[in-house]
Amino acid sequence: MTELNSTDSSSALIRLSAARLAQKLAAGEVTSVEVTQAFLDRIAAVDGGHRGVHAFLHVNTEEALAVAAEVDAIRAAGGAAAEELHELAGVPIAVKDLIVTIGQPTTAGSKILEGWHSPYDATVVKRLRDAKMPILGKTNLDEFAMGSSTEHSAYGPTRNPWDLDRIPGGSGGGSAAAVAAFEAPLALGTDTGGSIRQPGAVTGTVGVKPTYGSVSRYGAIAMASSLDQIGPVSRTVLDSALLHQVIGGHDPFDSTSLPDPLEDLVAAARLGNVNGMKIGIIKELHGEGYQAGVENRFNESLELLKQAGAEIVEVSCPNFKYALGAYYLIMPSEASSNLAKFDGVRYGLRVLPEEGPLTIERVMGSTRAAGFGDEVKRRIILGTYALSAGYYDAYYGSAQKVRTLIQRDFEAAFAQADVLISPTAPTTAFKLGEKLNDPLAMYLNDVATIPANMAGVPGLSLPGGLADEDGLPVGIQLLAPARQDARLYRVGAVLESLLEAQWGGPLLDRAPELTDTSLEAPSLTDAASIEAVPSHGGSH
Amino acid sequence: MTDATLSFEEAMEKYDPVLGFEVHVELNTKTKMFSSAPNVFGDEPNTNVNEVDLGMPGVLPVVNKTAIESSIKIGLALNCKIAETCRFARKNYFYPDTPKNFQTSQYDEPIAYDGYLDIELSDGTMFRVEIERAHMEEDAGKLTHMGGAAGRIQGADYSLVDYNRSGVPLVEIVTKPIQGAGSRAPELAKAYVAAVREIVKNLGVSDAKMERGNVRCDANVSLRPHGRERFGIRSETKNVNSLRAVEHAVRYEIQRHAAVLDSGEPVIQETRHWHEDTRSTTSGRAKSDADDYRYFPEPDLVPIVASREWVEELRATLPEPPAERRKRLQADWGYSDLEFRDVVNAGVMDEIEETIAAGATATVARKWWMGEIVGRAKNADVDPGQLGVKPETIVELNKMVEGGKINNKMAAEVLDGVLAGEGTPAEIVEKRGLAVVSDDGPLLEAIDAALAAQPDVADKIRGGKVQAIGAIVGGVMKATRGQADAGRVRELILQKLGVEG
Repeated sequence: MTELNSTDSSSALIRLSAARLAQKLAAGEVTSVEVTQAFLDRIAAVDGGHRGVHAFLHVNTEEALAVAAEVDAIRAAGGAAAEELHELAGVPIAVKDLIVTIGQPTTAGSKILEGWHSPYDATVVKRLRDAKMPILGKTNLDEFAMGSSTEHSAYGPTRNPWDLDRIPGGSGGGSAAAVAAFEAPLALGTDTGGSIRQPGAVTGTVGVKPTYGSVSRYGAIAMASSLDQIGPVSRTVLDSALLHQVIGGHDPFDSTSLPDPLEDLVAAARLGNVNGMKIGIIKELHGEGYQAGVENRFNESLELLKQAGAEIVEVSCPNFKYALGAYYLIMPSEASSNLAKFDGVRYGLRVLPEEGPLTIERVMGSTRAAGFGDEVKRRIILGTYALSAGYYDAYYGSAQKVRTLIQRDFEAAFAQADVLISPTAPTTAFKLGEKLNDPLAMYLNDVATIPANMAGVPGLSLPGGLADEDGLPVGIQLLAPARQDARLYRVGAVLESLLEAQWGGPLLDRAPELTDTSLEAPSLTDAASIEAVPSHGGSH
Repeated sequence: MTDATLSFEEAMEKYDPVLGFEVHVELNTKTKMFSSAPNVFGDEPNTNVNEVDLGMPGVLPVVNKTAIESSIKIGLALNCKIAETCRFARKNYFYPDTPKNFQTSQYDEPIAYDGYLDIELSDGTMFRVEIERAHMEEDAGKLTHMGGAAGRIQGADYSLVDYNRSGVPLVEIVTKPIQGAGSRAPELAKAYVAAVREIVKNLGVSDAKMERGNVRCDANVSLRPHGRERFGIRSETKNVNSLRAVEHAVRYEIQRHAAVLDSGEPVIQETRHWHEDTRSTTSGRAKSDADDYRYFPEPDLVPIVASREWVEELRATLPEPPAERRKRLQADWGYSDLEFRDVVNAGVMDEIEETIAAGATATVARKWWMGEIVGRAKNADVDPGQLGVKPETIVELNKMVEGGKINNKMAAEVLDGVLAGEGTPAEIVEKRGLAVVSDDGPLLEAIDAALAAQPDVADKIRGGKVQAIGAIVGGVMKATRGQADAGRVRELILQKLGVEG
């Protein structure tokens, strides 16, 4: 990373890591308003239009600049208030639109919540506000986080900044693409089966699914309560640690929140030492079914870790082969119940039946028929079926048993290794539309990320290089025992620095330049795409 | 359409009733079961709610610790075992009074199970009701159906929903099938619900006001021919919300079932609605055991762990059990066994205790409640406690009588006025011009007139037949429209006739 001073152009400013931005803000080399404006300008330049990234569903210009100005004023005044500013104060952030925010719409990527404004802030959003981090806006996602490509958003897909014809992963494709396209230095995601890590892998960014219960879920619109977890999205391992430290820790509003104080994750990321650590390759999570270029980059990472003094061992997790099947019973079961509340009675969309009596059942039915997309309906039907009397034991009950077996596999594996390692996703980013009509192929994309959710253990994905055959980013996944998130940052930071040394800089430096779509003459298709995204770019 | 019924006696001759009760008790915690919104009755609709009670996107439940303590106390008072760990589940169904479209309720892991309650019937017979479980759940909101017929959902133009009650903590107490009550079944039903109400009130965990729905009873009734072991098909009569209604509903269902069985038809397994006005039930929705609520463990909550130490701590805080309390009260009040049992059966023990606490003697309190109020409640077809008589009113009325300001007959009239909402006793006495005539002048005139009107009676008294004086006193009282002090009238008559009383 080249050093910059206050006269640097905003195009250089936006490429800085959050840690570096924080340093420059603290040193008074740049103001938060300048930084925030630079990212807002970048969003205006690359996010909209026919070939825009479309990472954002809503841009929060006024509030973000107001918070930035507040931080600048505190810094300028000096004294105790300036001293007490959080390390990340003034560093902007994007928030996945599954997480509720006062003052901005929250859609969950669904028509059923179009125009809905939350009356309360999610706990993680409160913590961002306490740290005085300007919120740039809300990012796109598969509807209710159900998908691996962001194509299931009711507001149109997000594009992968590495290749605009490819998917950015999902469900958190918006957060990953925003960070990869330098539209935000940091973002929040949610990960139920890989929705932070897989988008990280295919966009060349870092994403972390923390230990279940270590970050409050209060205010994250639930898909599958026992699997969902909010986590950081960034361009560097250290940046994720910094953000994780802001959002993590006990929350009395979430009963599943762990009471333990958070470990010092930032220190772990700065420690950078794997000498003597045992790193376990999971036999079942590489090889057959994995793209050759993915496999090659994975092996290179293992080699680098070995050179740095780590001991590479192989572990077997024989029950992981049942993880995907069990996941697709537990997740839809919980989702079918969690999404029951969207019925048009109290908030959001209400659609009256076109004919016939206006009974409550019929109003609920037509609202849900019109408000939910196909993938959401598919999972609700699947989950309703799996929970039905007479099927419960065979489906939900068996899936819970598989879950226990997966936990045992992890326990056995962590008896042999401090950290486990695998490719994050079996392939690089596929083309938009390629798997849209093949749900099973889409589901297979999460085969390596799902076991961590099933067991509640933490996982981190970091860029592992570009695949030989298509030149697209490959993700490396690290997994640690529950409550040992610090190990992920420790090993991740080492691997990142070894890889960057090899590449001669961050992987994203090799991403193609995005053209300024704001200068495009609007075409008919532009108008159509803008109309499909009513809240995009507006400030409500 | 009214259903055919058999007489209760005939029903009993042919069939053996089996009962079962689900009693819902609303806890009086400060906040709701899973949110920090206030648990308060009677406020403006939709004011005691927050994002959790409204089922907003992203919210999560947090269990109210006081509600758990109250539930454990109820379990202990019902002689239940307390689960070391237990969980909540989700009961999934779409209904607009349930904001999440699922109810968070305990399902296969209740906090308390395997208990019993000994019930004393009116003649002193003890009957043991076995408790299957007491589990925790949240209450639903309240729907008001507008337009159409009499607040029913059928034919309503639209419905309003108030979520103030949504999330109020409930404990549901479920009995095992109650067999062997025979013709005492209706009485047992009433006594059982009264006992549960007494327990939760005594524990201080519920306001226990049935008229407010703090205690609600669903009564299951089935019949089987005498001597048969297998149960008949049951009906479940919902929301029977007074003690008298419980007794009536069970009696009615027994008579209705008997008529159905006699006709050779099978009883339909269904919920029934109780109608106080017609004292009968009507068919609700068909209910089968196959109703699919798609229960599964609530993933947003962790299991509740009730350590044995905690349970014992709570056990140590339990108040005196109702049976012992009764013994103590009877001794304190000096009532005979019969007097006390009458008081208990009339359901006015608590009211008498409150009246004594307000300053009345035990005798006076009993005289008012048993002599005046129970009868009025019976006429009004409500439980005596629901009539609206305040202990202070009784104390005030009694003071007026003892002070000679009014007599007992007037006091009863004043009580009617108080109940009719005409004001305080003093105001009513003033307004109606009620006061004992204590000036002897008008009395002497009336006595002269009465003696003149019945000279033969006057002669009898003069001749020593003092007991004949009643006719003269009656005449005086009539002339003074009851406002005279009868004792003083008697004295004056005897003086006038020169007879020793």
